[in-house]
Amino acid sequence: MIEVKNLTKEFGDHLVLNGINETIHKGEKVVVIGPSGSGKSTFLRCLNLLEEPTDGKIWFEGNKITDKKVNINLIRQKMGMVFQQFNLFPHLTVLENITLAPTKLGIMTKEDAKAKAMELLDRIGLTEKARTYPNQLSGGQKQRIAIIRALAMNPAVMLFDEPTSALDPEMVGEVLELMATLADEGMTMVVVTHEMRFAKKVGTRVLFMDEGKIVEQNTPDEFFEYPKHPRLQEFLSKIL
Amino acid sequence: MFLSNSWLSKVFTAITDWANEIYKSFYNALIPDRRYLFYLDGLKVTLLISLFAIIIGIVIGVLVAVLKVAATNYKMKWLSNVCNIYITVVRGTPLMVQLLIIYNLIFTSRNTNGLIVGAVCFGFNSGAYVAEIIRSGIESIDKGQLEAGRSLGFNYVSTMRLIILPQAIRNILPALGNEFITLIKETSVASVIAITDLTQAAQYIGSRTWDILPPLIIAALCYLVIVMGLSKLLSVFERRMAKSDRG
Repeated sequence: MIEVKNLTKEFGDHLVLNGINETIHKGEKVVVIGPSGSGKSTFLRCLNLLEEPTDGKIWFEGNKITDKKVNINLIRQKMGMVFQQFNLFPHLTVLENITLAPTKLGIMTKEDAKAKAMELLDRIGLTEKARTYPNQLSGGQKQRIAIIRALAMNPAVMLFDEPTSALDPEMVGEVLELMATLADEGMTMVVVTHEMRFAKKVGTRVLFMDEGKIVEQNTPDEFFEYPKHPRLQEFLSKIL
Repeated sequence: MFLSNSWLSKVFTAITDWANEIYKSFYNALIPDRRYLFYLDGLKVTLLISLFAIIIGIVIGVLVAVLKVAATNYKMKWLSNVCNIYITVVRGTPLMVQLLIIYNLIFTSRNTNGLIVGAVCFGFNSGAYVAEIIRSGIESIDKGQLEAGRSLGFNYVSTMRLIILPQAIRNILPALGNEFITLIKETSVASVIAITDLTQAAQYIGSRTWDILPPLIIAALCYLVIVMGLSKLLSVFERRMAKSDRG
C-alpha cells in the first residue's frame, strides 16, 4: 500500500532521515518507536508529504506521490492524519470540524456528511458535543474527535503522530481504546508512539528507529522479547 | 450685596452674549444658503471614499499578506521582495505625497473622477498597513492548523480561506478596526487633489462666512460620530466572533 525507497530528509546540515526503505501492506498496524530526535515523526510526516523529502521515492496505492505531477491533495484525502496537538479548528463547532473537509472538498453532500459525522460521534459517545466548540472539551475528547474527523474522509490509511503524548495520563486510555477498535476493524495504521503496551497489543509490526534509520523491526512479541540490536536493547532496558 | 448683584448680572450678560455669538456663528455656518447641504455632500464623499478605500485596502491587504506568507513557505524570494517593496514604499512615504503623485502621474486627465482617484489612492495606501496586520494575524495561528487542513486534502488557498484566515481575522480585528478609523480620518487629506470631502466643504463654508472655526468644529463632530459608530460596530462584531472562546 505504501512503499518507501531511499527516503532522505535533511534540515539544513542535519540529516534526519538517512535512506529509509520500507513497505507497509494493507491491513498492517505498524508501530514506530525510538528515542526523540530519531526521525520517527519526520518519517511519518513524509508519508503524506507534510514534510517534503530531500530525496527518495514514495508510492501510495501504486501512485508515485513524490512525483511533482501527482496531485498530493487528492492523495491526502485517502491518508488520515492525527496529530500530537489534536489541531482541531477552534473557530468551528465539533460537527463543523468533522464535516468541513467532506463537504468543502465535494466528497459528500451536507446532509450525508452530517449524518456520517453524527454516526461517528455516536460511536465515541460524544453526540451531545456536536454543537460545542473544541476548547470546551477535554484533551481526550479532542483527540478522539480529531480521529473521527480524519475518519470522516474514509481514508485508506491512518497516520498517528504521537497521538497520546499531549494528554493527561488518565485520558490516554480512551484514545488508545478507540485506536484499538479501529485496528480491529481492519484499518491500515502507522503509529508513532511511546505507548509500548499499545505496540504490543495492537501492532502487527514494530519498527525501531535511531539516527534516521530503521535499526530493527519485528513482530511485537519477538521485538520486545528478543531485541537484537544493542541500541534497541539499551532503549528497551531504559523504558521497560 | 447690591454690588455683588450687579457684578453677577454683568457676568450673566457676558455669558448670554457669548452664547448668542456662538449660536449665531454656528447658525451662519449651517443654515443660510442651505449650507448644511455642503456638509452632507462632503460627508457623502468622505464616506464613499472611505468605504471603497477600505474594500480596496482589504483586497490588497489579504492578497499581499497571503502571498508574503506563501512566498516564505514555498521559498519564492522574488515574490516576497515584490511585496516588501510595496509595503516599504507605501509606509515610508507621506500619504499626501502619494496622493499628489498618483493624482498627477497616473490620473492626468482632468475629467477623472476625484472620488475614484481618492478611493484608489487611499485603498492602495491602506493595503500596505492591512497586509502587515493580516500577516501578523496569519503568523499568530499555530502551524498545526495549516498542517491539519493540508492533511485533510485542502490545498493551500482553501486552507487559508477556510481555516487560517477566519481565525487570524478574529485575532486582528482590534488592529484592523484601528486601521479603518485612521483611514477615515486621513481621507481629510483628499482636499489637496480638489475633492470636496467633508473637510473641504467646511473650509469652503468658512471662506464664505469669514468665520472658519464653527464649520471646522462641525466637521470634527461629524468625524467623531462616524468613528464612534464604527468603533461600536466593531466591538459588536468582535463579541460575536469571540463566541467560540467561551469555556
